[in-house]
Amino acid sequence: MSALLSIKGMTHFFGGLKAVSNFSYDIPEGVIYGLIGPNGSGKTTTFNLITGIYSPTEGKVFFKDKDITAAKPYKIVQSGIARTFQNLRIFSSLTALDNIKIAKHFGSKSGLISSVLRLPSFMNEEKAIKKESLELLDLMHLSHRAKESAKNLPYGELRRLEIARALATRPQLLLLDEPAAGMNPKEVDELMSLITHIRKEFKVTVFLIEHHMQVVMGICEYIKVIDFGETIAEGRPEAVAKEPKVLEAYLGKRGV
Amino acid sequence: MKQLKLPKLLIFALIFYSAIQILYGTEILNGYILHIINQSLIYVILAVSLNLINGITGQFSLGHMGFAGVGAYVSGTISTLVFKINPSSPNGMLIFIFAIIVGGLAAAVVGFLIGFPSLRLKGDYLAIVTLGFGEIIRTVFNNIDYVGGPRGLLGIPKFSNFTTIIVAAFITLVVIRNLVESSHGRAMLAVRENELAAELVGVNTTRYKVMAFVIGAFFAGIAGGLFAHLLQMAHPTQFGFIKSVEVLIMIYAGGVGSITGSTIAAFALTFLSEGLRIGIRAIADATGLPIGGEWRMVVYSLLLIFIMLFKTEGLMGTKEAKLIRLKEVQ
Amino acid sequence: MGAIFNAQQIVNGLQVGSIYALIALGYTMVYGIVRLINFAHGDFYMLGAYAAYGAFFAFNALFVGKTGLMAFVVLIASMAAGGVIALLANRLAYKPLRYKPKLSSLITAIGVSMFLEYFLSALPAVGPSYRSFPDILPRVNINLGNAVISNYVIIDIVIAAVLMVGLTLLIKKTTLGKAMRAVSQDKDAARLMGIDIEKVIAFTFLIGGSFAGAAGLLAGMTYPRIVPYMGIQPGLKAFIAAVLGGIGNIPGAVLGAYIMGLAETFASAYNSLIGEGIAFAILIIVLLVRPRGLLGEKIADKI
Repeated sequence: MSALLSIKGMTHFFGGLKAVSNFSYDIPEGVIYGLIGPNGSGKTTTFNLITGIYSPTEGKVFFKDKDITAAKPYKIVQSGIARTFQNLRIFSSLTALDNIKIAKHFGSKSGLISSVLRLPSFMNEEKAIKKESLELLDLMHLSHRAKESAKNLPYGELRRLEIARALATRPQLLLLDEPAAGMNPKEVDELMSLITHIRKEFKVTVFLIEHHMQVVMGICEYIKVIDFGETIAEGRPEAVAKEPKVLEAYLGKRGV
Repeated sequence: MKQLKLPKLLIFALIFYSAIQILYGTEILNGYILHIINQSLIYVILAVSLNLINGITGQFSLGHMGFAGVGAYVSGTISTLVFKINPSSPNGMLIFIFAIIVGGLAAAVVGFLIGFPSLRLKGDYLAIVTLGFGEIIRTVFNNIDYVGGPRGLLGIPKFSNFTTIIVAAFITLVVIRNLVESSHGRAMLAVRENELAAELVGVNTTRYKVMAFVIGAFFAGIAGGLFAHLLQMAHPTQFGFIKSVEVLIMIYAGGVGSITGSTIAAFALTFLSEGLRIGIRAIADATGLPIGGEWRMVVYSLLLIFIMLFKTEGLMGTKEAKLIRLKEVQ
Repeated sequence: MGAIFNAQQIVNGLQVGSIYALIALGYTMVYGIVRLINFAHGDFYMLGAYAAYGAFFAFNALFVGKTGLMAFVVLIASMAAGGVIALLANRLAYKPLRYKPKLSSLITAIGVSMFLEYFLSALPAVGPSYRSFPDILPRVNINLGNAVISNYVIIDIVIAAVLMVGLTLLIKKTTLGKAMRAVSQDKDAARLMGIDIEKVIAFTFLIGGSFAGAAGLLAGMTYPRIVPYMGIQPGLKAFIAAVLGGIGNIPGAVLGAYIMGLAETFASAYNSLIGEGIAFAILIIVLLVRPRGLLGEKIADKI
């Protein structure tokens, strides 16, 4: 299996602080890949490095064998990587539907002139964007919220809206930053089946960061555990869960 | 069966236009009121175009009148100094339209240059830089003798009239409204809402910030050109910081992000401003007290403070009137 | 170039820089604590000049022959006016917006600035025209070979220096100074440590406003005329000086102000148009090349 995303020797400093240290790994196409580690272990920094928010002090990121290290974030998204945020970043005064439509922006071919004149080609495209956006909302059980201002949505729905928005960019790789954060057990169950469903439906590779062990163990096919920016274990979930180092660093010796 | 249906905004504009023309023709409306209506319509262009930058895209320009100044001086130079036209010249109207458009384009070029700092700066810093640019533009006019220096560019032919101004205002409204309700407009809204999230759903935020400045500046330049050909002069003080703040007050009074709000506020405040001017003069005449025109600006500044303290969302918030809204795509 | 970079220009530059420094300190302290560009700050400077003018004519008769004492009273009046109006502006206009979006406060500050300028112009007792500022102290020119220096230059530089030393002591040695530093570092942590944030903010406005007021007096004496709009340009330039030094950084503001004063004096000697525009050119260059300024710290966005 060839790697969809491949990170080679990535190191990142904040001032004198080493946030990520000599990170290397390959994410094969089609898997659900989990990255876990204690707070401050460099997980979100990894996402920020992949999506171009930071540029790594050292190392390279390859996506579909193309070097995307330190490319502009929007270019990286356009090449097929989408993400969600640990602290939601919703377009909160716009409607749920508009949140999705915006993510369909770069696929649009209408220029300024045809948009302003509302030429037939533009109108057809608008129709298509609206239809696809509504379908995504439907998939995420958010249809009833389409016309609602995003700021009025409850937390769990906002998390789903953010995933829908990420999917609207038609990614091949979906990065989820703590998707289960702040969810109740029922919502977590729904989220898990949703993620597996998305993977099948959109043929997307999922790379997620999570604290929630139930999610990680339940849906990930491959897990990498990091601490202080370094890898301490990786492999299939069952195997990783038994690693003494993991138990100590992350689970605090109490076990899963 | 398909039938031709005029858009409701066009119908409204036509009714408004005819009504004013009839009232003016029958002398119910005098030239002074018509002049204020003309000014209001020019302020509609200024406020709506500033709203594209500040309200829709969430940037912050304090130098909008600088763009208008570029439009005024460039178009005035073309009509007055280069072609030396007057309303009875053959092709005068064509040259006037050409001059106005070139003025708008020149302002757009300046907007492009000013858009660049917006790529690195946010909020208050951007405000100061745009203010600085506006002041630089003003200083430049002040120092070019060819366009009159501190005396201003005088003797500009009076080409702006109710018809030309309302057409320009209508086009501005439609273009900016249609832009906002397109993929490009949504990208601009996304920049306003959350720049990082916008970038991470594939919006080239750099491009859209500069685009907002360019388009906003273009229309401000058009407005400036119309002003110059209405007042028959262009003067550096017409385009200073305080004038930019007046337009800013309009968009905050109307509701940042609402085209409807900007339009209503442009009319309301232009009339209020004239009302204050007349009222203050009347009080001064009646009482013999030394009350000056400065009180008008005292009222304006208090209005701005009160809006910010008690009604930050302005008249309309981000809502649009039905008249302005487009029919939903089915 | 000898004509531009001579001793005379350097002294003039330091004099202008001293006035800018007093204004820039208030800008930078307020920004450091509430992250507000207080647009009205230049107007506190203007109010200081008018208060000094008023105090001089009100009390002149009482202090015949005691020019030193008169000068002191005038200085206190200018500082009190700047400080009190700054306090009022904070209390009435900025405090209610403390936790609203930052731009609301900025726009309100523009409103406050316009209000102060136009209100004074509208008042028949003040009016919109220039007034010539009286000579509070006798003017003496000191000849230094290739430069002639007025005693006013020395007064400007010395008063600014004394006030700045006083401020440094206040910030470094007193509890209040420590509280100010704590609030500018981390408001929430300061609150949890039991610091009354609003009191510290009010005090910062008071000091900043009084320094601007003093600068207004110095400018009134030096140039010697005053007008309600006199604060706009120096206010903007002092702000730019604060940005140049690194906004929020107190030594930075002083450094920026002296650089600005010198740059402007040299540039004006070379060409008046360049002199007018150099401040904005400096601003744009700083923001594009080193937005945090010369001494400012880098602020990282938490994502």
